[in-house]
Amino acid sequence: MATTQIDAPAPEAEFGDFVALLKPRVMSLVVFTAFVGLWVAPVPVHPVIAFCSVLFIALGGGASGALNMWYDADIDSVMRRTASRPIPAGLVKPGDALGLGLALSGVSVMMLGLAANWVAAGLLAFTIFFYAVVYTIWLKRSTPQNIVIGGAAGALPPMIGWACATGGISIESLLMFALIFFWTPPHFWALALFMKDDYRDAGVPMLTVTHGRTSTRRHIFAYTLVLAPFAIWLGFTSVGGPLYLAVALVLNALFIHGGWRILRRSDTTAAADGYAVEKRYFRLSLYYTFLHFLALLIQHGLGGW
Amino acid sequence: MAIGQHHELHRRRRSRNVGVALVLIGFVALIFALSVVKVQQGDLMEGFDHQTRTSVLPIEQPEPQPATEVEQ
Repeated sequence: MATTQIDAPAPEAEFGDFVALLKPRVMSLVVFTAFVGLWVAPVPVHPVIAFCSVLFIALGGGASGALNMWYDADIDSVMRRTASRPIPAGLVKPGDALGLGLALSGVSVMMLGLAANWVAAGLLAFTIFFYAVVYTIWLKRSTPQNIVIGGAAGALPPMIGWACATGGISIESLLMFALIFFWTPPHFWALALFMKDDYRDAGVPMLTVTHGRTSTRRHIFAYTLVLAPFAIWLGFTSVGGPLYLAVALVLNALFIHGGWRILRRSDTTAAADGYAVEKRYFRLSLYYTFLHFLALLIQHGLGGW
Repeated sequence: MAIGQHHELHRRRRSRNVGVALVLIGFVALIFALSVVKVQQGDLMEGFDHQTRTSVLPIEQPEPQPATEVEQ
């Protein structure tokens, strides 16, 4: 008996697939750092306005995530870590992701301008532009310094939060920017060390692919040394205090020590123990930013110097 | 297949529809809360109301009144 095979319809997206386009895990970091930037600023903000501001900053971050997934769908489908994202999985059409990204960019910037002020909205617009156009479209595929430059977009949220409260930029917000900016490269390069094949297959010029893994280890250590003074300097500003300074000293000592251990290892040793040191360093790097910003928040509650 | 039978596809569509509805309701509530706070704080906000915007007109100085002589 002949059987008739009717083509299964293309899988249809559910609401969660569109939420996944906004990169919720990246968003959680954006929410946290933007909130800390806003809350530790010397100008008190009404809780409703603070909530709205952080929400629209997160939405702007989500918009740039959707634009990134739209443009990078070809890379994402090759890499194991990203192959299940909504576009490579065939759940969301690329055009829909582009539309969502553009619409949310407009809404988030306009609403942040109305809720807080236009300096903050301008910074948010710059962040989205920087991440979607400068990083994703232009530099990610053309230079091994892509991570360094892309880090600027991730480092802006606390500055936007600060601008929501104060309407401007100051040394404290610039140092919060520096804290994330110089933290990003060692964080991602540690990831690249133990996720080695993925980036090569996708043709992304990761430092591990272009300059080799020994050079990447040197870069990681160098960045921990550059990062430490900025993290500690923040402790001597108006948002710092004894608690923050103590936390920063401990975390940076650990981070430099971790970077040193990565530098001293050869790739053969690392492969032998399954990149244990690199993986531990990567986990430490996650705690590093979280604890710095948490310390700022608690320090603000306790009062500064 | 009878019309009205439920399919996996319907569940996904429903999830989208309900999601968008909740987002819109949330957005309206947010704008309302924001408006209340802005008005309470006395922020400068002015909607276009088909009228001359009094706040952008030059301040009119009252004409100095000539001193009136007191009648004896």
